[in-house]
Amino acid sequence: MTRFSAWSVFRNGLSGQSGWTRQWRDPEPKKQYDIVIVGGGLHGLATAYYLAKNHGQKNIAVVEKGWLGGGNAGRNTTIVRSNYFLPGNREFYEHSLKLWEDLSHDLNYNVMFSQRSHISLLHSPAAIDGAARRYNTMRLTGTADAEIWDLDQLKQEVPHLNYGPDARFPIRGAAVQKRAGTARHDAVAWGYARAADALGVDILQNCEVTSTTRSGNEITSLTTSRGEIQAKKVGFAVAGNTSRLWQMAGFNTLPIESHKLQAFVSEPLKPLLDQVVVFGVGGAHFYISQSDKGGMVFGGDIDWYKSYAQRGNLPIVQDVAECAISILPCLGRVRLLRHWSGVMDMSMDGSPFICKTPLNNLYLNAGWNYGGFKASPASGWYFADLIANDRPHETIEHFNLDRFAQGVVLDERGAGPDPKLHG
Amino acid sequence: MIRINCPFCGERDHSEFSYGGDGSIVYPALDAPVEQWVEAVFQRENIRGVQTESWQHVSGCRQWILVERDTMTHEIHSVRAAHEGVAKVLEAGK
Repeated sequence: MTRFSAWSVFRNGLSGQSGWTRQWRDPEPKKQYDIVIVGGGLHGLATAYYLAKNHGQKNIAVVEKGWLGGGNAGRNTTIVRSNYFLPGNREFYEHSLKLWEDLSHDLNYNVMFSQRSHISLLHSPAAIDGAARRYNTMRLTGTADAEIWDLDQLKQEVPHLNYGPDARFPIRGAAVQKRAGTARHDAVAWGYARAADALGVDILQNCEVTSTTRSGNEITSLTTSRGEIQAKKVGFAVAGNTSRLWQMAGFNTLPIESHKLQAFVSEPLKPLLDQVVVFGVGGAHFYISQSDKGGMVFGGDIDWYKSYAQRGNLPIVQDVAECAISILPCLGRVRLLRHWSGVMDMSMDGSPFICKTPLNNLYLNAGWNYGGFKASPASGWYFADLIANDRPHETIEHFNLDRFAQGVVLDERGAGPDPKLHG
Repeated sequence: MIRINCPFCGERDHSEFSYGGDGSIVYPALDAPVEQWVEAVFQRENIRGVQTESWQHVSGCRQWILVERDTMTHEIHSVRAAHEGVAKVLEAGK
């Protein structure tokens, strides 16, 4: 692997860009690995990287049914933030944000992490009080960049929102996290893959798990489209299809339903929006930022019914367009360039799972709802820690499957056991 | 858009309906062991393929219905009233 540096860019510039080598190997599967991670998305790749880097594991494979970045890694709106309220969640996401801040250096790969602020619009005195409670809690527990802005400050920072007094939901202020922002989603997948590969991880693409072999209370091997692979430990990190894989491992049910989420990008525009802006009031849910290429990247709610299809429905396209026009009327004549849909693990309380399972050597990473992108560095960090040490770190000890039976759900939104309501 | 043939109102857009979730779940007796309630409230088979699910026609007759739908293709195989007695009456009237 060529290490990227200013010098390597300069030298390859002089030699007609001929000195670059491929970013990661394309190895044949070995017969046996110490650890096999199923799922080559951001969470799986990050897990393999931290297993090799933090825990010195040498014999790891990541098996991916398609290609890297082809699933939800390439189907999101790339928002990174840590404005969580519940104990357990806030420490986890703050750790993730800290990992993001150093990720480009750590991976020697520019993930284009841009801390451009995350601005949640507020529309009533009650909403401002609610946000103040949440953001004060963040400040008291280690997330020092939480702020509440009044209308004057918001107008100064983001001048072209719809501030009209005749708006259906007039804007009164905003809750802001300044260290939050966006990153380049493909670069995160490629950066983790390249860094993991350099530490000896075998990344096996077009390698779909079709069944598992169990012996007693352990998984002994995985049958894949590229042959039988034996494993001493197995980690599942396959958002969307977690339930199917779970059933291949011989289990029945999980507190998860698969739903699909759409996202959209417009034609490229000149610089318009420097921040991530979130609009959520009265049933509306909308978030928007501008990519470095100029496209407006935005999304809204999930499609409201369970689905495994990676394509979205039209009523949500209309909902999202209506939200866009209601807060940024200047987008009225902007054309849509692309729109796509990904299949999400929607969990029963809106929080994820990084936990042991009833099998001794099987570990589960699942249930990210539609907030998995920001979580991916810490998700990999803690999942690697769990697999290497065979016990959950105290930060993630509530991310288990037993919390529903114990009555200690992590329901950030207070929406109850209905997966479609957790966003 | 999925079109759902409501047994009471006829064929309508899915946006008139609210998705209720897995319709095959049978809730246990009120005094059943807590494990059975945890299973019914929180645990899902999450089928990829044809599943029975409940929908409510919130912008129409407000009745609950049971729909057999493929969660991969969105094709609908059958629709009936969720209330067994009502379903029987509708069936008899055909």
